[in-house]
Amino acid sequence: MLLLPLSASANVALVASLNLAEGVQLVSLILLGLIMVASALGVVLLSNIVYSAFLLGLTFISISGLYILLNAGFVAAAQILVYVGAVNVLILFGIMLVNKQEEFSVIKNAWIGKAATAAVCAGIFGLISTMVLSHPWAISTQTAAGDNAIEIIGQHFFSDYLLPFELASVLLLVALIGAIVLARREFIPDAEVAQATSLTLPERPRELVAAGARDDR
Amino acid sequence: MNPGIDLQRTVVQALIELGLPAGVAKTIWLPLPMLLMVIVATVSIFICVWLERKISAAAQQRIGPEYIGPLGAMQAVADGLKLVFKADITPAKSDPWLFTIGPAIVVIPVFLSFLIVPFGQNLVITDLGIGIFLWIALSSIAPVGFLMAGYSSNNKYSLLGGLRAAAQSISYEIPLALAVLAVVLMSNGLSTIDIVNQQSSYGILGWNIWRQPVGFVIFWIAALAECERLPFDLPEAEEELVAGYQTEYTGMKFGLFYVGSYVNLMLSALIVSVLYLGGWNFPIPIATITGLFGLSETAPWVQIISASLGIVMTMLKAYLLVFLTILLRWTVPRVRIDQLLDLGWKFLLPVSLVNLLVTAGLKLAFPFAFGG
Repeated sequence: MLLLPLSASANVALVASLNLAEGVQLVSLILLGLIMVASALGVVLLSNIVYSAFLLGLTFISISGLYILLNAGFVAAAQILVYVGAVNVLILFGIMLVNKQEEFSVIKNAWIGKAATAAVCAGIFGLISTMVLSHPWAISTQTAAGDNAIEIIGQHFFSDYLLPFELASVLLLVALIGAIVLARREFIPDAEVAQATSLTLPERPRELVAAGARDDR
Repeated sequence: MNPGIDLQRTVVQALIELGLPAGVAKTIWLPLPMLLMVIVATVSIFICVWLERKISAAAQQRIGPEYIGPLGAMQAVADGLKLVFKADITPAKSDPWLFTIGPAIVVIPVFLSFLIVPFGQNLVITDLGIGIFLWIALSSIAPVGFLMAGYSSNNKYSLLGGLRAAAQSISYEIPLALAVLAVVLMSNGLSTIDIVNQQSSYGILGWNIWRQPVGFVIFWIAALAECERLPFDLPEAEEELVAGYQTEYTGMKFGLFYVGSYVNLMLSALIVSVLYLGGWNFPIPIATITGLFGLSETAPWVQIISASLGIVMTMLKAYLLVFLTILLRWTVPRVRIDQLLDLGWKFLLPVSLVNLLVTAGLKLAFPFAFGG
């Protein structure tokens, strides 16, 4: 608590305003946390993959809300721009442009795969919980960078984080060129290709009506 | 720098003097500017619709709406009332949840973006440090809404329209962001207030449009495409796609798309006026005028006049740009989807990259003129 030479009433007012701000922050933290956990569970548990994709967007937005609570406005906006605006839209595009229905044959001893997955998940969970429990969660006494964060991030990008930054951009360039190569395949127009029936949209057969036919009833 | 009118400080001060604690005074103040901005944005829909109808009519030598209200000004209200009373139909086998949430996701980010639109030195909801970046980030949410609306309608035209709208929106976001980046490079900050202040020194000659002519054109084209205005309105191209992702929508859900598109148009016009046309600045600096008449810049009535002039200037510039879009609508034909993507990726993107590079070079070479 700051000890300032304030009059009694002003001091009460200061405490009241602080309480208000803290209360709003606490409520937003709880709400955002609940939304994040619920939507993340929905991503994993729902069987409809489109719902999963949209809920993933909600998860990203609530994470960005947590960044705002941490006074990291730039990171929050970047989170929305990159994860919701780019990654999530890309995932949605992927889901909506691919309309492939495949019959999966029953695999023998499928439980081995499931057991292995469970073991890996339990291992990761154990590792993360050990990290959470062993880490000294001392809250930094430094004031948050706030609006200066952009400059600090920029300086880090061009000094001590230059190599990861450049590597990430090279990775993006590789992905870009790969996408162009995939998109520029040239198809031979006359070659007969067995068209997979699963690529057409399911449609009810329609009776053909001759042109000019009259419906005398 | 003349601080101008600070309504927040004045109102909070007055409430404290009335005997309220500071926290309560600030809490009472907080919703006021937001409410005002929402009202401004909503009223701008009616003005835009009326302008659209009247100017379109003039462009086609018609009269346009004339019976409802003076000069047909209440036509948009009648349209809105009609939409409210229309049956709200959810198509068969559609996804009712996504169908309802879709339009909301398109509209909410647009209204949120009004947080950073300044009408004066202190006439802004919040002067965020990330300012214009917030607008870019928020406008990237809209494609999710388009995809949601298109997918949930259980209609092929809607799905295709939604995919087209999302593709258009994300491909024009890149030149848009690069054009903004060139402006940001010159103003050394993302805050909209900083961007306007950096243009305010020499009156009309200091506006960014003279230093960023290419950026202005790129931004304007990309903003039109983001708003899905003609010549880029092909997500809802009637001839091919019925109405794109809006095909199955009726009533107020359709109305929300309508609201979203007009508020987005207004928002883009405001942002263009902030980024390139000097925001709230009068073509002749206020300081010069007051100096000429020997007035004090801090006199209360001068401040009130200059603040009102600032609001009028911002609105005037924005509505001038809206007028331009409506004229463009009746001047240029609609582009095809392949032409649209060609223009975005093969022309605007390289040009905006070159523009950014040239701006950076000019900033190094002439730091006095390009905000060194």
